[in-house]
Amino acid sequence: MSRSARSPRRMLRAAGAGAAALLALSACSSSGPDSSPQSSQGSSASSGASGAVSGEVTVFAAASLKESFTTLGKKFEKDHPGAKVTFNFGGSDSLAAGITGGAPADVFASASPKTMKTVTDQGEAAGTPVTFVRNRLEIATLPGNPDHLSSLKDLTKSGLKVVLCAQTVPCGAAAQQALDAGGVRVTPVSYEQDVKSALNKVVLKEADAALVYRTDVQAAGGTVEGVDFPESAKAVNEYPIVRLKHAKNAAAADAFIALVRSAEGQKVLGEAGFLTP
Amino acid sequence: MTGDRLTTGTSTGTGTGGPRKADATGSGAGLDARLVVERGSFRLDVTLTAAPGDVVALLGPNGAGKTTALRALAGLVPLSGGHLRLDGKRLDRTPPEARPVGVVFQDYLLFPHLSVLDNVAFGPRCHGVRKAEARAQAAVWLERMGLAAHAAAKPRNLSGGQAQRVALARALATHPRLLLLDEPLAALDARTRLDVRAQLRRHLAGFEAVAVLVTHDPLDAMVLADHLVVIENGRIVQQGSPAHVARHPRTDYIAQLVGLNLYRGRADGHTVRVQDGPSITTSEDLAGDVFVVFPPGAVTLHRERPHSSSARNVWRCEVAGLETHGDQIRADLTGDLPLVADLTTVAAAELDLHPGAVVWATVKAAQTHAYRA
Amino acid sequence: MTPPGEAGTARRPHTGRPRRRTRGGAPLPLLLPALIGLVFLVLPLVALLVRAPWRSMPGLLTSSEVWQALRLSVVCATAATAVSLVLGVPLAWLLARTEFPGRRLVRALVTLPLVLPPVVGGVALLMALGRNGVAGRWLDSWFGITLPFTTTGVVLAEAFVALPFLVITVEGTLRAADPRYEEAATTLGASRFTAFRRVTLPLVAPGIAAGAVLAWARALGEFGATITFAGNFPGRTQTMPLAVYLALQNDPEAAIALSLVLLAVSVAVLAGLRDRWMGAS
Repeated sequence: MSRSARSPRRMLRAAGAGAAALLALSACSSSGPDSSPQSSQGSSASSGASGAVSGEVTVFAAASLKESFTTLGKKFEKDHPGAKVTFNFGGSDSLAAGITGGAPADVFASASPKTMKTVTDQGEAAGTPVTFVRNRLEIATLPGNPDHLSSLKDLTKSGLKVVLCAQTVPCGAAAQQALDAGGVRVTPVSYEQDVKSALNKVVLKEADAALVYRTDVQAAGGTVEGVDFPESAKAVNEYPIVRLKHAKNAAAADAFIALVRSAEGQKVLGEAGFLTP
Repeated sequence: MTGDRLTTGTSTGTGTGGPRKADATGSGAGLDARLVVERGSFRLDVTLTAAPGDVVALLGPNGAGKTTALRALAGLVPLSGGHLRLDGKRLDRTPPEARPVGVVFQDYLLFPHLSVLDNVAFGPRCHGVRKAEARAQAAVWLERMGLAAHAAAKPRNLSGGQAQRVALARALATHPRLLLLDEPLAALDARTRLDVRAQLRRHLAGFEAVAVLVTHDPLDAMVLADHLVVIENGRIVQQGSPAHVARHPRTDYIAQLVGLNLYRGRADGHTVRVQDGPSITTSEDLAGDVFVVFPPGAVTLHRERPHSSSARNVWRCEVAGLETHGDQIRADLTGDLPLVADLTTVAAAELDLHPGAVVWATVKAAQTHAYRA
Repeated sequence: MTPPGEAGTARRPHTGRPRRRTRGGAPLPLLLPALIGLVFLVLPLVALLVRAPWRSMPGLLTSSEVWQALRLSVVCATAATAVSLVLGVPLAWLLARTEFPGRRLVRALVTLPLVLPPVVGGVALLMALGRNGVAGRWLDSWFGITLPFTTTGVVLAEAFVALPFLVITVEGTLRAADPRYEEAATTLGASRFTAFRRVTLPLVAPGIAAGAVLAWARALGEFGATITFAGNFPGRTQTMPLAVYLALQNDPEAAIALSLVLLAVSVAVLAGLRDRWMGAS
């Protein structure tokens, strides 16, 4: 699979300093990559949900969090009169590049530990990031599941048009991990540049199935149908959140993180298809 | 010339221009056309007939409709009405490529990407002649035009006169039954023009079918054509042999072209009363509506009213303008009878002519010419 | 690349070609923006060269995947240019030489892909020619043809984006060319098509060449419409820009190297064509 994309990477692994700026171009990926063994426990996010929270707080968050975080932002402002949440949703990579480049942010919620690591490596995080949700893959197929897909193996049916994400983007790496775990070899018709493109091919009925995140299936409403499969447990990716070192409003930042991790916050995220950690 | 000597709208002008060679009504050889083209407020309506061997010149001021008439003959402009018959065949609805018509365009429009030889061979090729044969025919034409040495040249390397001959060869190579020439000499400088005009005259004389040329230059028309059709505002105002038209102009435009003072009036014996003007004594004895002409050189100017002049025509005038005209001075005069007069530089100096000066003009009756309107 | 106007200048006989060049002092108000413009265009390319991982270049250039993507790019761009020529030149002629109701609208429609974000163009192509598209479903059910995820799909996506460049360039050239040459040809017995083929076409050849080069260059760099309509599969639909983009996701140096390869190939081809077709002006 996708050797063409992988080989040059292998040959040119000596990543340079100019990488960050170019990474900023790689937007679009709305969900994080495979889980990395960077476990994180709740630590610095102390209880700050007292009445002392006010002023503006800026949250950089992965695009896949848009709906749930917007809901939570409204709740936050209701709970803390005088506080205002400003969101910047985007690809985790470009958000991380922005933060390391000095963009003014208080909170960073990434779709992958890997991108979070670029921020912590630069010493931009205050404390250790905490995983607040997980996301896992599902098979997205046409409404009504006309091809009767029930497992990863079904994706190898002849004549079935499957699209995967390219392995260079998080959802592609996760898909490969799941396929490897199931010992399944799938020849897709296309390796899409990001998860939304993969999903759209099914939405437009050009492809019969795609491996995408649960939250993406959820967000697509009734235009696709999700099929769960056991191997997805092997390709769960974690969403870490952290307060940034240069946060101007540390109290509000901590309060927002606390809300995200609270039962109420987890409920909202759960409704969007995320799994609680 | 200034002044509105002709106050009538001019007749449709079948004129007294000699009998045409062509039989307009017959279905025989030659051209028989009534061209009606309407375009916005402009309307062209001319009737043209010509026998094989005829060279017809369409003469007229800019915007008169000459070129439109030519394009209508070629099929490049559709007819709004009328008819077009060539050698008895109707061509009204025939597309240009199917008409046996050759055209020499004003700036020749030689195909710049083709050699001279291939330009001439283009027509035969389009008529289904094989390449080698078409080129052989083209070579013959070029030989005939004295251009054999330039066969391989590209049009941009030709002189104006050579390009004109190539254009003629290209048009003739399709053996047209109607040859159309749009201002064939206009793009040439004065010296080349003289030569090319002479050559063109020779080629047209040898051409066995009908040729129609458009020009605004009376000299071209007189030299090249044996029938002159004068068009103004989309209509024929006069036609006839060049000599006849030159001697008997019927509109200001033509009179100006051939260099005559022209008046229209009512004759009673030897006296013609010009409308809203004085009388002119003429040598001819006529009655009714007539034209009177006399050349500018027939006018004599005096500072004082002449008493003992033999001339019967004496008019008081005022100098409106002066210009050199060849080796003479041409005086533009207003007054009883607006006219132009030619006089020598010496005479002009002696008379102390200047704009606004009052002079007396005399013309001998013998030097006037009157003819029926 | 030759700007359309240059190739489009009408050639009149006897006008020669007074090629006048300003010698010496170009006025500062012209010189300064010109230089800034030049730097603006060239600097990013220079930066690519400076940052290029020269040491790993040889390894990259011998990688068969890169050659595969490069070959596919050149083949598809050339095919897309051919499609654009076959469809675009007649379309340009129609727009330049004939009068029909709604011609302005048609011209506006032709230029639409120029302003459409290519990704949107790709989605539109899917909706038209996709398996479930307006026309595509008939292609599928009648002929069993599906275009998405195929090399043909790449060619179509590229042609969709490149065609307007060709049409606009050629139409401009046709408008500048004297239509009376066609008239002259018809009076010599040429049908309108013969006149077009033997007179008009050679006359506007430089403009067509310029348009084809523009279209080819546009097709070669095409990304959005291609990946949306044809997807991304190595050897079938993964052209160089797609490979570059995906490499950019996690290995910017590889992306830079790939971009340079694409750049080098396009410069070589365009420079070569320019000399041959457009008389090295």
